[in-house]
Formats: sequence, structure tokens, C-alpha cells
Amino acid sequence: MMSFATTLRMAYQELQRNLMRSILTTLGIVIGIAAVIALVTLGQGATASITDEISSLGRNLLIVAPGNAGKGGPPQAAAPFKLADVKSIERDVSGIVAIAAVSTRAAPVVLGNNSWSTTAIGADANYFAVREWPLVSGRAFDEGEIRSGKTVCVIGQRVVTEIFGAQDPIGAPLRVGGFPCTVIGTLSEKGRSIIGTDQDDVVIMPLKTFQRRVSGNQDVSLMLVSAASAEETLKVKDDILALMRERRHITANKTDDFQVNDVSEIAAIVGGVTVVLTAFLGAIAAISLIVGGIGIMNIMLVAVTERTREIGIRLAIGALEREVLAQFLTEAVLLSLFGGLIGVVLGLSLSAAGTAILNLPLLISPGVIVLATLFSGLVGVGFGYFPARRAARMDPIDALRHE
Amino acid sequence: MPLIELSGIRKTYGQGEAEVVALAGIDMVIERGDFVAVMGPSGSGKSTTMNIIGCLDTPTAGTYRFNGIDVTSLDRNGLALLRRNHLGFVFQGFNLLKRTSAIENVELPLVYRGMARAERRAKAAAALAQVGLAGREKHTQAELSGGQQQRVAIARAIVTEPELLLADEPTGNLDSERSREIMELLVDLNRNHGITVMMVTHEPDMAEFAKRQIRFKDGRIVSDEVRP
Repeated sequence: MMSFATTLRMAYQELQRNLMRSILTTLGIVIGIAAVIALVTLGQGATASITDEISSLGRNLLIVAPGNAGKGGPPQAAAPFKLADVKSIERDVSGIVAIAAVSTRAAPVVLGNNSWSTTAIGADANYFAVREWPLVSGRAFDEGEIRSGKTVCVIGQRVVTEIFGAQDPIGAPLRVGGFPCTVIGTLSEKGRSIIGTDQDDVVIMPLKTFQRRVSGNQDVSLMLVSAASAEETLKVKDDILALMRERRHITANKTDDFQVNDVSEIAAIVGGVTVVLTAFLGAIAAISLIVGGIGIMNIMLVAVTERTREIGIRLAIGALEREVLAQFLTEAVLLSLFGGLIGVVLGLSLSAAGTAILNLPLLISPGVIVLATLFSGLVGVGFGYFPARRAARMDPIDALRHE
Repeated sequence: MPLIELSGIRKTYGQGEAEVVALAGIDMVIERGDFVAVMGPSGSGKSTTMNIIGCLDTPTAGTYRFNGIDVTSLDRNGLALLRRNHLGFVFQGFNLLKRTSAIENVELPLVYRGMARAERRAKAAAALAQVGLAGREKHTQAELSGGQQQRVAIARAIVTEPELLLADEPTGNLDSERSREIMELLVDLNRNHGITVMMVTHEPDMAEFAKRQIRFKDGRIVSDEVRP
């Protein structure tokens, strides 16, 4: 019986004899595997980048907002929250690290000859903690400033660039809307949010200052609730839902006129969409692998016909059917595995280049590489079997007479 | 026990009206150490007999015993193993593997016997030396003359030390000088190495080298003479 090593060496020598043909034959597999790996890696990079952006809102973060957008049913004019709602959540719901009341409104900011249109945010000291947003210079407003509604503000990096340029903004009397507000701190850069808004284009002041000077009412447009842990998030969410239904007098048969959104849930949903998209692209690329497999089958069929006399000689000197089968099958598998390995290298290079260009993280998953290589071997077995069987089943006399 | 024992071997193709009889009942006994030349016009059944004895073909009826083994009861794999372990073949068209060196061609039967590489190389080199091709181990088919190619084919056939060497018109593609050299080689193998040789030929000159001549006509044996 012929050893496996001998079979392997014989197949390798045969492929080497027809080197150019071997390389061209594997091209289909090379392209298929490279496409699968590149698309999946890019998709995973995009998914990671999107979920990262969503998570940049803050960890274990719940956003409580009035209105029922996206919940079905007719849209309702929903009453905004009040500070009392914030206080009651703080008092009655356990498992909360911090709760920030937030109000926002578009407002122009002016300093000397520079002006810029930005978003004014009224918030309390917890805001920076909940959003996990450190300052790069100056300080946040303190309890006294929050209580008394002092005209102080912390500005985002976009506002720093637009109004101050290279100047130091700390202590500058920035005009927000119609009133002067002293800049006491600047925030670190946070980048764009998932919906594309520039998160650094903000001027943040104590909620009381905002209500008195900018909005002119006592409304709270958002509550940001930071839960103690990922496990607590769900309980906190349910508790807030129950508490708010009670405070807003929503009876059992009515739908909510507010929402509590879990940021990690949103991240999971958006992440899920991109994962499906990645799988879909990968599947399309995998079709090219099948085309590559057909290419291999084609060449193996040609080779079997070309080498009919050789097969006749082998059979005449006592090769068993299964030995001839193994020989041709090994050639096909070697071809496709070889193509698969080149494809992996090419795919990884494309992934590296693609993620660099698109500014995505390069996440190489060993699973995809192993799977792609295995699959290329499988393609070799699948499409190599038919030609190999044809070779093995030949009649030695006919094969020897073949011209 | 004779090496080969054919009794009542028939080979037919097709059925009913369209039936073609290739062999119409052959009885033959070949003893170990014999050198048999099989002659006859084309279509007389000599090649078919050769193929049946070589376990490349199976008879429609009759029994064939090789070394006492009933060959007709063997399946495809059984026949292949018998060829591998007991027979050597030399064909008219030389039938070497293309783009493959002489020594690799000669090694091939040993590869299927599962012999280790180093041992294989040594045996193949010895067989090539035996047919007068020492120093030509690396040459491929294209780099060898017709006579040399047939010597490589003979080396391949004898490298396994077979009990029976089957040669199907081994000199059919060679000039008379080369033919004589090949025949002398076969005689030497038969006389000095104890290999039983069975050769199909239609050249009477070549048949003269054999110890025994069997003539075929229309699927039957018409004469069987042992030379004095």
C-alpha cells in the first residue's frame, strides 16, 4: 500500500510539472477566499466601530425621554419631564450610580467678532460622570453654581476651535444666546455620534442657568441614568418605567408617552444589523469559491483525460482503484488548499489596507481564517472527487490504448 | 503445479446475432521458466489471451489458474494486487510516464508496493544497470532513444522480480538491431534470472528467440511447438 507521504509527494510533483496551469487553476479559489476574508474583516471592523461609537454615549446608560417615537401607535404630544421627576427617580429607584437631567436647545455663541451656532445644554454635575466625559482643562461647575444657577459654562472642543482657535478659553466671557457666561472648563474630544451629530459642538451650563436664561421654562428634555452594572440596567429600566407611568398617571390600558432606551441594547441592535450584513457579503463572496471549485474540477477533468495512458500504466502495474482515486483527489485538494492559503494572505493584506483607508479597527478573527482554509480544502474534495473517480474507474486496457 | 493453466477460456463481445467470438475455447499450460512466443494474425485472439493472462481482462467462460489461484474469482482489486505482486508488463508503445525520469518510471511499481524511498531508489538503479542503462537514471522519455525507452520499460517490469513477464510486441516499434538487443535481454532474463516470459509478436525472427511458439487463428490455438 502506498503511504500518504508518497501520495502527497507524487501529487505535489505533478502540480509542479504544470506550475503555470496549477497557479491559474487556483486563481478562482484565491479570489474567493481573499474576498470572504476581506469582507468579513471589514464588516467586523465596521461593526466594532459602530458599537464603539454608541457605547461612547456612556456605559450602562439609560436614556429617558418623553414621546413614543418608534413605539407604534399614533404619536402623542407628550409632556416634558420636570426636575421633580429626576428627584423621584433618584429617591425611589435603587441600583443607580448617577442621574443627569438634561435640557437642550440650539443657541448662538459669540465672542468679540467670532460667532458660532451650537447646542446649549443645561445639565447638572452628574452629566459628565454619566457620559464618561472628562475635562481637558479648567473644571466642571460645582454644587453651589448648580444650586444658584450661576452663568458659567463648559465648552466642547468644536466650540473651542470655532470661537477661540489657539487662545485659552478659560475665563473668557462667552455670550450664549443673549447673556454672558464665563467659560470655566473644556471637554475632551468625543467625535461624532452614531446619527452623525458632532458631540463636541456643545456649550454646557448648569440646568438652572439654562432654564432661566435660555429656555425660560422648568422642563427637562432628557434624563440620563447610569446604572451600577450591566446586570442592573434591566431592573433599573423596569423600575423607571413603572415609576414614570405612575407619576404621569398612565393607566394600565394606555401606552407609555415616554421611553426608556438602553444604550447597550441599541448598540446590540445596530451591531446585529451590521453582523447580518457582513454575513450576507461573506456569503456572496463564498459563491465565488464555488466558481473556483468548478474551475478546479474542469482542469482535473482535462488532466484525467490527458493522462489516460498514465492511468493505464499505473493500473497495469497494480495500482488499486482507491490509490488512483487518492492520487487525483490529493492533487485537487492540494490545489485548492494552496489557493486557500494564498487567498488568506491576500485577504488579510486587503483587510489591512481597507481598514486603514476606511479608518476602521483591524479585527482579524482566526475563526474566519480557519474556516476559509477548511472550506477551500472541502471545495477541493467536493470538486476533485468526480474527476478522480473517473480516473480510478478506467479500464486498464482501454486506458493503455488511448492515444 | 504449472504457473499458468487456462482451460476452456472463451471471450465474447456483444450478444445474440451480434455476438463476436474473440476466443473460442483456449486450453494452455505454461510451466515456470518457459519462454513462450505467441503468434498469429491480428484479430486471432493472441492479445486477448495475453490480457486475460495479464489479469487486465476477464474471460466470459472457462477457468484461469495462476500459481494454482483461481483468477476468475478475483475482483478488480484482487486482479490489481495479483498484477502488482506477480506480473511485469512490457508494451509495444513503451508507455513510460512523460516528463518523468527513467529511475522514477522504474520505481513506480515499488511505490505501489509501499517500499521505502531509499530502498526503492537502489532497486530501481540496479534494474536500470541490468538493462544496460546505468548512468541514464535522470533522463526523461524525450531524452532517450526508442531502444532505451523499451529498456526502461523492461527495467520497470523486472524491478519487482516478477514470476511472469508479459511482453506485448516489445520490438514492434524498433529497428532490427534494437530489436535483437531487446530480445537478447529477454532471453538473458529468462535464462539467468528464472523469469517466465510470454511474448506476443508477429515477427517470426523474434519468435525464434523463444523456447516455445504458440500460433493463434480465429480465436483458437492452431499450433504449439517446442523448439528443439
